[in-house]
Amino acid sequence: MRKMTKILMGMSSALVLSTVIPGMAKADELTLCWAAWDPANALVELSKDFTAATGTTMKFEFVPWPNFADRILNELNSGGKLCDLLIGDSQWIGGSAENGYYVKLNDFFDKEGIKMSDFAEAAVNAYSTWPKGTPNYWALPAMGDANGWFYRKDWFAKPELQAEFKQKYGRDLGPPQTWDELKQVAEFFTGREIDGQKVYGAAIFTERASEGVTMGATSALYPFGFKYEQTPGKYDMEGAVNSADAVAGLEAYKALYKCCQPPGYTDSYMGEGLDAFKSGQVAMAMNWFAFFPGLHKDEKVGGDKIGFFVNPKQKVAASTLGGQGISVVANTDNMDGALAYIKWFAQPEVQKKWWALGGYAVHNAVLNEPSFKDSQPFAADFLVAMNQVQDFWQEPSYAILLQAMQKRLHDYVVADQGTAQEALDALVNDWKEIFEDEGKL
Amino acid sequence: MLAHATPTTIAARVRGLSDRAIAWLFVTPTIALLLAINIFPLIWAVYLSFTNFRANRPNAAVEGVGLRNYQRVLNDPDIWIAMQTTAHFVFWTILLQTVIGFALAYLIDRKFRGHGFWTTVILIPMMLSPAVVGNFWRFLYQPQIGLFNYIVSFFTGIPPSSFEMLGSVDLAPWAIIIVDTWMWTPYVMLICLAGLRSIPDYIYEAAEVDRASAWRQFWSITVPMALPFIMLAVLFRGIENFKMFDMVMLLTGGGPGSTTEVASITLKREAFESWLTGRSSAFAIILFVAVFGLANIYVKALNRVKQR
Repeated sequence: MRKMTKILMGMSSALVLSTVIPGMAKADELTLCWAAWDPANALVELSKDFTAATGTTMKFEFVPWPNFADRILNELNSGGKLCDLLIGDSQWIGGSAENGYYVKLNDFFDKEGIKMSDFAEAAVNAYSTWPKGTPNYWALPAMGDANGWFYRKDWFAKPELQAEFKQKYGRDLGPPQTWDELKQVAEFFTGREIDGQKVYGAAIFTERASEGVTMGATSALYPFGFKYEQTPGKYDMEGAVNSADAVAGLEAYKALYKCCQPPGYTDSYMGEGLDAFKSGQVAMAMNWFAFFPGLHKDEKVGGDKIGFFVNPKQKVAASTLGGQGISVVANTDNMDGALAYIKWFAQPEVQKKWWALGGYAVHNAVLNEPSFKDSQPFAADFLVAMNQVQDFWQEPSYAILLQAMQKRLHDYVVADQGTAQEALDALVNDWKEIFEDEGKL
Repeated sequence: MLAHATPTTIAARVRGLSDRAIAWLFVTPTIALLLAINIFPLIWAVYLSFTNFRANRPNAAVEGVGLRNYQRVLNDPDIWIAMQTTAHFVFWTILLQTVIGFALAYLIDRKFRGHGFWTTVILIPMMLSPAVVGNFWRFLYQPQIGLFNYIVSFFTGIPPSSFEMLGSVDLAPWAIIIVDTWMWTPYVMLICLAGLRSIPDYIYEAAEVDRASAWRQFWSITVPMALPFIMLAVLFRGIENFKMFDMVMLLTGGGPGSTTEVASITLKREAFESWLTGRSSAFAIILFVAVFGLANIYVKALNRVKQR
């Protein structure tokens, strides 16, 4: 019996150890979690310098975008120790701050002389602060981003198309300046045969499950004058979210989807949009600036064949915010190492290399360089976009707010249910109920 | 002799323990595991369904809300739409799978040349992972390059890119029904085949002596005697399809809009995207009671058919 007990105890100990040991980080090792996309590869390259300088081994956990929020928020909610550092979406900051998932960095910044005034103001507000705009910092701006557009410059330059467009619309065929022009250009290309292939006007976001259709449609809603609240901080959404301007913006987005999206793109986001463009199906596509370096390098559609433009304005100039800040996960076993990485990453020289490798640094040392605008064909547009960004709610309840918007927008834009006014009225009711539950209304 | 010797030896080794205690020793880990992974979560979900708990707010105070979660779920029009979508999906998949599955089983039971080979071929879809099937059919349904659209175009003359199986509000529910029927009809066929093969030949021989026509034999012998098996297949598929998630998620993600959002997808969104844990627990309990209740009624009907 004693022997049997020993065997059982030994097996139990082995089982316990085998489950605990993988969760324990080594002191000289850091795990950084982010989405799996082009800039993540640039960060791997950049981080080799950190390893060389400190001897700390960097491990990376990159999750594909459609599962990024699910995977990482589950990790945070369950108190997991997978990530020491997290480049999390801007909308997560409210919840992560209030739930104690992120380390507040004010004291650390003060001690190490890291100044938020060294970074672009819009980026600091969006990626670092909670409550929004207050000097409470939960992240260092890591990756500036906004939703922008790219187009087939070689198609736009075709003399016969130029002539036909000018005759039809009385202006040159070029990157559209407004949403009205965007639709005209998209319609002009839709159904046309170019290089032996039937092409379409524009690939836009319609994805239902995560955030796609919201990120796409807000690129129309914001320029048309959509606001989340009448008075910032008051949650008075009636007349703002469902205003006549907002309705017009949503109708414009649906009109663009109906007229000019390639067939089958009813649930498309970043990857599908890039595929549509790279396979020569569309004349224009919306996507995050983060993908622009890769697109410009693309052998088939990059180089001289591609051009970029900032999100067209309508009543106002506005772009949908993307991008993220880098935070220290409060649950880390390697707090010193994680803070050392933040300190290293904040250095102007590192930020310059970050931009050179394809990451969107928002440090003023990078943005204020006289040569910055010409450093990449999309750099000037990036600066414009970052100065006009608007973001979704960053509230702790952002996930449920986002799900409500995804449903209402997809039901209207893709599934043809109801009118734009009805969709936005229903959205106001959904959001009111959520804020009532939160005790904010 | 050997059968008696073994337990005695074990009992002798583990001194002081009765045979009954040893039996419990062996059964206890299984019971503990079942309690831990089945019963405890169920009880915990019942508890959570009466609270405002949110899994993404671990520091927030958990308060009892009485029946509010149940009230909200039952009064939510979106949830009722999801239930209707589920009912539509369950009804049509079961109907098609039962009719086609039984027909296939009837044909296979004729024992023609090469029937073993064709049985194996028919069973292949059932052996695939739903994840593989979902992705595979997504490509088949692609309006510009998908084989499905080209086949429809070949027979009807409709241009292949003029219709979207997954993107159209009218076609998307049927697109999922087609895939589920393709995948799971073989399963129904297999159960029906077992039923058909359990019918003794002498009954048909007696019917032939009585000059009963093939049609009469089919309706008076084949169908009634295979009915308990058919009903069993309907029960299994009904329960499975009521909780269908993976294939719908892969094919349409519940879209376009919410057209194909079955109850399990709504539940997942409430629980793991909106993080309304208390409310989603109430929804899960309602679904559990509905499936459990319907299955019980059905099993009683099945037993009655068997006793006839």
